[in-house]
Amino acid sequence: MAKKLMKGSEAIGEAAIQAGCKLFFGYPITPQNEIPEYMSHRLPQIGGTFVQAESEVAASNMIYGAAGSGERVFTSSSSPGISLMQEGISYIAGSELPVVLVNIMRAGPGLGGILPSQADYFQATKGGGHGDYRLLVLAPWSVQEAADLIQDAFDLADFYRNPVMILGDGLIGQMMEPVEFHPDRKPCKELKPKEWAATGCKGDRPTNIINSLFLDPAALERHNHKLQAKYEAMARDEIRCAEYGTEEPYDVLIVAYGTVARVCVTALEDLKEAGIRAAMVRPITLFPFPYAQVRAASEKAKAVLVVELSCGQMVEDVRLAVEGTRPVHFYGRQGGMLVTPEEVVDEIRRLLTVPQLEADHA
Amino acid sequence: MQNDVIMAGFGGQGVLLIGKMLAYAGMHAGKEVSWMPSYGPEMRGGTANCTVVISDRPVGSPVIQCPRAVLAMNLPSLDKFESALKPGGLLLVNTSLINREPKRSDVRVVKVPANDIANELKNPKGANMVALGAYLGATEAVPLEEMEKLIRETFASKPAVVESNIQALRRGYELGRAQSQGEDLP
Amino acid sequence: MLETVFCRTPALADVTTHYCPGCTHGVIHRLVAEVVDELGLRERTIGIAPVGCSVLAYNYFTTDFQEASHGRAPAVATGVKRARPDLIVFSYQGDGDLASIGMGEIVHCANRGEKITVIFVNNAIYGMTGGQMAPTTMPGQIATTCPLGRDVELAGYPIRVAELLSTLRTPAFIARASVHTPLYTVKAKEMIRRAFRHQADNRCFSLVEVLSTCPTNWGLPPAEATSWLEENMLPYYPLGIFKEPGGEDRAPSPLGEKR
Repeated sequence: MAKKLMKGSEAIGEAAIQAGCKLFFGYPITPQNEIPEYMSHRLPQIGGTFVQAESEVAASNMIYGAAGSGERVFTSSSSPGISLMQEGISYIAGSELPVVLVNIMRAGPGLGGILPSQADYFQATKGGGHGDYRLLVLAPWSVQEAADLIQDAFDLADFYRNPVMILGDGLIGQMMEPVEFHPDRKPCKELKPKEWAATGCKGDRPTNIINSLFLDPAALERHNHKLQAKYEAMARDEIRCAEYGTEEPYDVLIVAYGTVARVCVTALEDLKEAGIRAAMVRPITLFPFPYAQVRAASEKAKAVLVVELSCGQMVEDVRLAVEGTRPVHFYGRQGGMLVTPEEVVDEIRRLLTVPQLEADHA
Repeated sequence: MQNDVIMAGFGGQGVLLIGKMLAYAGMHAGKEVSWMPSYGPEMRGGTANCTVVISDRPVGSPVIQCPRAVLAMNLPSLDKFESALKPGGLLLVNTSLINREPKRSDVRVVKVPANDIANELKNPKGANMVALGAYLGATEAVPLEEMEKLIRETFASKPAVVESNIQALRRGYELGRAQSQGEDLP
Repeated sequence: MLETVFCRTPALADVTTHYCPGCTHGVIHRLVAEVVDELGLRERTIGIAPVGCSVLAYNYFTTDFQEASHGRAPAVATGVKRARPDLIVFSYQGDGDLASIGMGEIVHCANRGEKITVIFVNNAIYGMTGGQMAPTTMPGQIATTCPLGRDVELAGYPIRVAELLSTLRTPAFIARASVHTPLYTVKAKEMIRRAFRHQADNRCFSLVEVLSTCPTNWGLPPAEATSWLEENMLPYYPLGIFKEPGGEDRAPSPLGEKR
């Protein structure tokens, strides 16, 4: 199929449709309105259904209902809306339903702003709503990768019976880039029929009940163990990350995800020209986090620099990965301000000054 | 080799459209491209702008703080982006609507009376095409033929529009090229 | 040879419920199950359970079920029905669930004309949490969060859900029934039957508000609770059909003209 120039939001919508999703329930919020707009236009053309919900709370419960019937469904929102959806998301995780969620992050807290941010990393990767649960979180850095990951997200959601979140930022949603779809794409996991779905109780089969209520504490503990085993399986089988320049010797390892990693790639090129040795690991799955890969890459560096559009969230996972064996520094911008390659270069130059290195290793 | 440009003007002047066309033509010419609009309240009326990157390598940041080129279709756009331009960069000024001289002396200025030329061609909506042509003439970011091909495809159902827009594009191209000859590209 | 003249209807599970003595949830469950069976809908019916006393409703029916979070049953039902329009979807909700935390969801669900059936059980109190004031608690009625009785100056008047939803322009079947005596119960079943019929015919949204007793939290023996409902709730919550598809026009009278 030929490449098309598409907005990230539209590519996400189209990718969902190509993944066989015919249902969208959502509520408008900037900067992701192009996703519901695209779905409202496209879904009726293919016999699907678009519902503009009365709120994000309602939308999250609508996708919960639709997923319970065994159909592929997705929704999208941006930070404040995702906060409102946490109720439904916790129920979806607790009831083990496959849904795909897209969070096009904007700057917070509160109403915040509408410009790009990565300040919802904690919310996305550490649970988000009440109870012990995790989303499988995928972070694209380009429009093409967003389209590819959306399709994988539906397969992963079905396979694990777990919500999968695509965590992007305003840049991913708004920018246009060439994108190519692969209609003959095969699912990335082997999928079974959804025999658990509530589709009408035929004959004598036991009723299918979609539920997260366990009043017996022992049963609820067993249910929690079952969920945890699933998250462990994800950590074993689903980690994705990309490495840049790690085959050469380097002094500084950058860790960045999403669009920030693109800025850092430009910085890596500038550093190379300046004779400074640096490399990068880019986590693509944020949960499960590539702890082992980050640890291994850090061992070849003198210091690690984490770059984020937040006040420092993923940096905590990087510190867990490195376990104090290397100094881990942080550089971030907030409020919708973006990191520039020049800033990353300057920060790395500073880290490599003698006083800083001495302080690091004191 | 990378070309990047911020194109800015009033909403309705068609800067987002020519930005997209530039990205499309770049993609067709086999380059890596990105197009990034300004978004939010500022895009509801008032000024609009977009950043286009055309590169031989995968595009790093689609947002450029200090672009290699600025196309200012109106005065507020010149006021906003002139200072951001990279030293040695290209400043395209729509002199039909901008009545002041650029303040920067360390950049290359190409003056394009885009609206006057468009009016002269009896294609008053084609000022953006004139400006796009001037950018191509001054940078060769994508070949002129590639853009003409794109115009033919985009407006295939309206042959009159195709011809008048190609005419506007060529006029701009010549102007951009004439003002850039003998100068090094940034 | 003995003839069976009365038995459990198949859509009702053969289990003991957790409901308090004198509570009318069991009666309402039975009416729903009978209607589902009589219309031959059991194998394609999905129930949506609420949060409240009927949170475990999925254990008492032999249809597939989905548990909703508090107040969101109409949103969950929307999701199921839109995903599988061939299914029959009903939500079963109490007054705190539907008329307080879930007011937004029920209004918009009805207004979109989702072709689902809502069984709204109004017993004028929060049951499961232990007798707090509900949006439908009567003026002067004592509850644990209005120990001196509902003060309409502070808490406003009870919300009449059937009347409220009847003002929506979108076609719907909206009725109120009661189950405090056998005769009223027979009428309630007919209302519920019509509601499911409208859904089965793919016609419109349907809701039956059913007045119910809560002897435990009202602090009354069951028989007295029945009388209390008749004396206090019936005058404020009149029974009948409030809206049927086709009866949408509610033109206001011009100023100064008598209706």
